[in-house]
Amino acid sequence: MLKITDLHAEVDGKPILKGLNLEVGSGEVHAIMGPNGSGKSTLCQVLAGRDGYQVTSGSVSFEGQDLLAMAPEIRAREGLLLAFQYPVEIPGVKNVYLLKAAYNAQREHRGEPEVDAFEFLQLLRERTRIMKMDESFLHRGVNEGFSGGEKKRNEILQMLVLEPKLALLDETDSGLDIDALKVVSEGVNTLRGEDRSVVLVTHYQRLLDHIVPDFVHVLSDGRIIKSGDKSLALELEANGYQNVVEAA
Amino acid sequence: MSEADYLEAFRSEQGSLGAQLPDWVMALRLSALGRFERAGFPDPRHEEWRYTNIRPIVKKAFKPAGDALAPLEVGVLDQHRLGVDSAVELVFVNGRLHAGLSQMQGLPDGAVVEDLGTALRSRGETLQPLLGQIADDRDSSFVALSTAFLRDGVFIGLAPGCVLERPIKLLFVSTREAQPVVFHPRILFHGGANSQATVIEHYAGMEGSASFTNTVTEAALEAGARLEHYKIQRESTQAYHIGSLHVRQMRDSSLRSHNVNLGGRLVRNDLNIGLMEPGAEVLLNGLFMAGGRQHVDNHTRVHHAAPHTQSTEEYRGIIDDHARGVFKGRVLVDRGAQRIEAHQTSANLVLSDGAEVDTKPELEIYADDVVCSHGATVGQLDEQSLFYLRSRGLDDKTARGLLTFAFAGEVISRIGEQSIRDRLEEVIVGRLPDHQRLKELV
Repeated sequence: MLKITDLHAEVDGKPILKGLNLEVGSGEVHAIMGPNGSGKSTLCQVLAGRDGYQVTSGSVSFEGQDLLAMAPEIRAREGLLLAFQYPVEIPGVKNVYLLKAAYNAQREHRGEPEVDAFEFLQLLRERTRIMKMDESFLHRGVNEGFSGGEKKRNEILQMLVLEPKLALLDETDSGLDIDALKVVSEGVNTLRGEDRSVVLVTHYQRLLDHIVPDFVHVLSDGRIIKSGDKSLALELEANGYQNVVEAA
Repeated sequence: MSEADYLEAFRSEQGSLGAQLPDWVMALRLSALGRFERAGFPDPRHEEWRYTNIRPIVKKAFKPAGDALAPLEVGVLDQHRLGVDSAVELVFVNGRLHAGLSQMQGLPDGAVVEDLGTALRSRGETLQPLLGQIADDRDSSFVALSTAFLRDGVFIGLAPGCVLERPIKLLFVSTREAQPVVFHPRILFHGGANSQATVIEHYAGMEGSASFTNTVTEAALEAGARLEHYKIQRESTQAYHIGSLHVRQMRDSSLRSHNVNLGGRLVRNDLNIGLMEPGAEVLLNGLFMAGGRQHVDNHTRVHHAAPHTQSTEEYRGIIDDHARGVFKGRVLVDRGAQRIEAHQTSANLVLSDGAEVDTKPELEIYADDVVCSHGATVGQLDEQSLFYLRSRGLDDKTARGLLTFAFAGEVISRIGEQSIRDRLEEVIVGRLPDHQRLKELV
């Protein structure tokens, strides 16, 4: 699904990722954990294709294609979607416009006909229910006036509608109360499947109680220094990053 | 047409009009002409005209609106209609009322909507104290010019308590002529105490029409009167448009002004609002979109002359290509006007390197117990929002179109008439990049 090889990237001339390697297979859930400043968010932004995040060497292949050569919108249409740590508010652009545009862009990319408006609405209704969101959310501006928790739910709602092959979650759990965390986790678990993968980037172990990963990686100073199964997350929780980083 | 050309046109018209218009109107015209002659057209050294050079209007040879109406088919006209269900609709072709295309029946008792010429002849007592009294032509040569050529237009009068459920529509269409036409439509509105109405001024032009519209609207709102006023300007991109709205508001009256400018080569609007008695409030809601080499200038002036008055002003501009936008918002608070509230924002979206906008708030406050705010922004589309939309699979063009539409949407959302909102959204989307796709979305 995703293969990152010796990835180096910098922001404003400052190296952040320094030789990162990661392989994510179909149907797998990976958690990437690490202290602040280790490069977690940079990795997400690089994969989503944001300007200003300069890849200096290395490669990323997604479903056998060169991901780094694709424009951000092509990455999304090919099935790589990022749930932002800080989703932006876009007043005046209704959620439903965004979802419909994104959904149809994806279908067009695959050579499928546009979806019928009624069918699409049915789909939206069903997915908003999973996220325990009121339908009125659909007619509000994207994240406009949403609380932190509502914004995160909205990110997952978009994923449920767009059904990415690879869902990349950047600190989606931060700032959530336990109820919201459960709803968000349930949404992500709905996304899991044999041919779908999830990469969770998180600072805390508690998300992993709800979304159980197949692999856990520790990111430090721009490289993955240790990988293991879900027990590694518990170890991090118990002993702190510092010990793991020093031991590695 | 230079000053001398207008004087000449005036002399050739004045003689024949004497029989049609009452003496007081003829005298009003003549004195306004005198003021126009003395002031002349403003040049860029004039502080109020610093950013807008009207030389192209002076240099261009226009012909005065004549009695011979341009042939105009209803089908052609329909393309320019807004599709709003209205109480009455008056259609002016090249400045002159076209009775055949107008629909003037069905108003309730207490409401008058009349061709200005007719009203000048039969309602002198009502019109004389208002006409030329709300609009101060010492301020503007264009207002003086309008009064000097006073003849065409509309009088709208509402008796106390008269409430009009459906809007009054005024459609001004200019046709493409070998020699473009100049016309001076004049609108006079008198809203009696506690009356209520919606007036839509819609200026449209056939493609290629290079006419010059010099329009003046005066409105007097008596105590408790409510007016929702629309000016929707969609003239051709070769047309010249100078317009002004002058409103005098008495106690507890309310004005909601929506000023939307999408067309025109050279456009200038002046809004002068006088809040003369306590409780008067005004909303000035404005949007302009300028592309190509369009130049759109909005000047607003709100005069808080009494305590407990309130003004809210929200103007937005979208400027692309080599277009230019100008906004100047003046708020004047008199010494005795305590406890007033005045808020003003001007937000501008500049979509290309060649586009330019000048925005200038001007607050002059002589009272000490007031709440005033103002803010002006000039910027591009937000990069973070763009990336967010693209990261969901929208291509760059669709994302830009959607964000631009959203920017305009803030102004549209304040518009009261649903049918106008819908129509404007449609027109605005039609001017955005990737409009085919956006049309299906929004």
